[in-house]
Amino acid sequence: MTTLTDDTLPTTPRAVRDEMIVFVMMALLLAAVPFTGVYPFFVMQALCFALLACAFNLLIGYGGLLSFGHAMFLGTAGYCSAHALKVWALPPELGILVGIAAAFVLSIITGYISIRRQGIYFSMITLALSQLLYFIYLQAPFTHGEDGIQGIPQGHMFGVFDLSKPTVLYYVVLAGFLAGFLLIFRIINSPFGEVLKSIRENEQRAISLGYRTDQYKFLAFVLSGTLAGFAGALKVFVAQNASLTDVHWTMSGEVVLMTLVGGLGTIFGPVVGAFVIIAMQQYLAGFGQWVTVIQGSIFVICVLTFRRGVVGEIAHYFRRSL
Amino acid sequence: MHTKSIAAFLLGTALAITATGGALAQDKTVKVGVLTDNSGLYADLGGPGSTLAAQMAIEDSKLATKGWKVDLISADHQNKPDIGTAIARQWIDVEKVDVFMDVLNSGVALAVNNVVKEKNSVMINSGAATSDLTNAQCTPNTVHWTYDTYMLAHSTGQALVKAGGDTWFFITADYAFGHALERDTAAVVKAAGGKVLGDVKAPLNNADFSSFLLQAQASKAKIIGMANAGGDTTNTIKQAAEFGIVKGGQKLAGLLLFLTDVHSLGLNVAQGLNLSSTFYWDMNDQTRAFAKRFAERAKNKAMPTMVQAGVYSGLLHYFKALEALGGNPHDGAKVVAKMKEMPTDDPLFGKGSIEPNGRALHPAYLFEVKAPSESKAPWDYYKLVGTTPADKAFRPLSESACPLVKK
Amino acid sequence: MQALFAQLLVGLINGSFYALLSLGLAVIFGMLNIINFAHGALYMMGAFVAYFLLNLGGINYWWALLLAPIIVGIFGMILERTMLQWLTGLDHLYGLLLTFGIALIVQGVFQNYFGSSGLPYAIPDQLRGGMNLGFMFLPVYRGWVVVFSLVVCLATWFLIEKTQLGAYLRAATENPTLVRAFGINVPRMITLTYGLGVGLAALAGVLSAPINQVRPLMGADLIIVVFAVVVIGGMGSIMGSIITGFALGVIEGLTKYFYPEASNTVVFVLMVLVLLVKPTGLTGRAA
Repeated sequence: MTTLTDDTLPTTPRAVRDEMIVFVMMALLLAAVPFTGVYPFFVMQALCFALLACAFNLLIGYGGLLSFGHAMFLGTAGYCSAHALKVWALPPELGILVGIAAAFVLSIITGYISIRRQGIYFSMITLALSQLLYFIYLQAPFTHGEDGIQGIPQGHMFGVFDLSKPTVLYYVVLAGFLAGFLLIFRIINSPFGEVLKSIRENEQRAISLGYRTDQYKFLAFVLSGTLAGFAGALKVFVAQNASLTDVHWTMSGEVVLMTLVGGLGTIFGPVVGAFVIIAMQQYLAGFGQWVTVIQGSIFVICVLTFRRGVVGEIAHYFRRSL
Repeated sequence: MHTKSIAAFLLGTALAITATGGALAQDKTVKVGVLTDNSGLYADLGGPGSTLAAQMAIEDSKLATKGWKVDLISADHQNKPDIGTAIARQWIDVEKVDVFMDVLNSGVALAVNNVVKEKNSVMINSGAATSDLTNAQCTPNTVHWTYDTYMLAHSTGQALVKAGGDTWFFITADYAFGHALERDTAAVVKAAGGKVLGDVKAPLNNADFSSFLLQAQASKAKIIGMANAGGDTTNTIKQAAEFGIVKGGQKLAGLLLFLTDVHSLGLNVAQGLNLSSTFYWDMNDQTRAFAKRFAERAKNKAMPTMVQAGVYSGLLHYFKALEALGGNPHDGAKVVAKMKEMPTDDPLFGKGSIEPNGRALHPAYLFEVKAPSESKAPWDYYKLVGTTPADKAFRPLSESACPLVKK
Repeated sequence: MQALFAQLLVGLINGSFYALLSLGLAVIFGMLNIINFAHGALYMMGAFVAYFLLNLGGINYWWALLLAPIIVGIFGMILERTMLQWLTGLDHLYGLLLTFGIALIVQGVFQNYFGSSGLPYAIPDQLRGGMNLGFMFLPVYRGWVVVFSLVVCLATWFLIEKTQLGAYLRAATENPTLVRAFGINVPRMITLTYGLGVGLAALAGVLSAPINQVRPLMGADLIIVVFAVVVIGGMGSIMGSIITGFALGVIEGLTKYFYPEASNTVVFVLMVLVLLVKPTGLTGRAA
């Protein structure tokens, strides 16, 4: 059986160095955005989704687990952060922490349940769990149903950075994204990441080598869910609202699409994918429902002919892992 | 990169010139943005029809002949507050949109409401149901034109109790919107001397309502109030017909139901249903004339809904305010203040006024859906049962939690 | 007590949709080893085809019951030939992703052309009206749905478990190379199986058309519930998925009576409980 990712590529110290170079280039490019004509709001949104897609990719690309419910972490963290900021009037840094903590707890619970089944069953279970949460949030009073939590105060980060200024907000979101990205990068290249990859390649062999694979997968799930929560908490400051959209299954589908377009199991793929999909949503907004059709077509085309994704194809061409 | 920044610089200066120039010689440009659901659940009742209504308002205002330059853009918010706010920010910052029209879907409307206030733009909301827009969350930049939950509850509740429907059972969508609608209507029913015999909270997007209908049937209430919307309401109605509920002597009251819903149900199923609206195409010669012109240009030759009619009237009134100001000040609060100052008068909603909290007042009508034998033409669906005058139909200022209302 | 009986019966009706859909999923899964995410969209197509047959061709409900599954089944077979078959040998998750994409396309196209509020489809004259059962008023149509889908489910079970064709099918699932060695065209069997599974979904769509509005998104939420049903029952056995489908419909019906607020979450909660107690599902083998 062919696995989901391109494994012919080497992960040598040299490859890691190359990846660091690309990372620095990406960071510099993103840091320069406010000085160009690009609309920063759009980039901020894309950054939040990029982090979410990276977190998702940690699970599929390195753990071989396709979660179809990652929106639940995004949305849960978003709702909890929003509630903490608006109702409890916490400062931004604590608001973010509340969101991350909520996603952490949720990922422990859902991970414990869903990790019991593999393959497509795992996907269906995560989808069903996120649908369960969707209904709970729809009915829970603190989320205000379809009105959502609106007008969330942005406040001052650490009492210094005024987040209501777009440029300040941009750099805070960028810093959050880069921190999350580096953490994932670190995890992938750690011994833990290596074990994950070996489980993905051949679980039986990993078990026979004495690894308790379920524990590794569980840990990967929790890390992925928590980081997705971080993305959700950051997104609250950008959108200034928390709504049911973020917990709906269509959002989970979009995350899968972003990662697929960028390249499953590539480090930079999810970032590229997120930018592509968000840009598409933005510029095709006038096409109405055709957006769904286009997204569906991209799914089909990617799966049939373009399984490595944008970054995966580039990496394959240069025979480098990216 | 270089050319881009030069272009940006030139554009910046150009804007600065128009901005300062505008203060001297009046700026007669205006850009209208219709932000709606072009594809989802509400596309039929707003959507492309709302954009068409805005287009017709621009034409009918004859501003172009008076030296104005009016632009129109529209976008699909896909019923996602995120996308709605992102488009709103971009429209204001980049596209220089002056006024947001329609913005149906309460969640999106409340989100855009915040952006519009922050950036001092204008929103004339037609499609959103939430009465919060002119209550706790009111802003000096928003006018809520067509209807809201308070009006739906009052018009439907009061008129039906008066007509003898004094015992009620509610089938309520189990989320904030449904709860609010049920609470408001139940209060009205009780105040009018009626009784609420029970209720059932049905989950949203539930395809099967038969269980809930059986409970409603068992309650023997005269009126079954449907505090839900969209597909939930149409499925309830359809299945009620199947279980013989209306034939059994009970009446259905739709608390949020549009002409397009009735159209998609067909009269066979929808007959006998009660609903409230502030506009129906077949009210008088003026509404009929507008509807005829509208339908000729609309997709599927559909008649205008009250949401689309509201976009037309609201925009006309906005243009009147601009004309009264002599030019576009590009100052949202100022234009809205002028709109509130002037009485409203247009062919579709008649004479009215706008309250300090941004609530536009019109009479509310209670309709009953005709039986197939009574319907003489396509889209001939409603007969008038009762009217609530404008000053009674909406939430009185004395009950308003809006900070703009001085008490 | 009377009300309870009524709710049980109503629950059975929903159960028959769950059973038909999860049965289709199980049939496809058994043969192609993919989870057909497009199942909800094809269910919706079944309802739309019935609508078109009636309104464009004047073809009534009874013919639609036969024709719609065939038409949608052919559409499914085309999908299988042109797309799904290229995924043989790849990770199963690609099948999920591909069918998810197909579902988005189909739903999007229908939404573009037919809006979202839906189209009406009347109950056929022969099945109008209702019977007074003493404890409830049962619309004839609802009774028909339960009986008919039960018959279809059992017929499918019989076809796969008890006939020669079914034996080939099951054998091809276990060992395609060996079956091919016996001179049986395995790819064609796979295509036909997909067509059968899809046809079952379309049939459910036709059955639901007179009850619900015919809407482009009618299958989108339903399919997630059916996934939970499938997780609970496991896809190991045909009979298992039929029984779980009906049983969950009844449980959901009871919830609607005792605690309506939880009626849309009860299936998911049950799924969690089953996973905690018996991770392989009630009837399934380990996956």
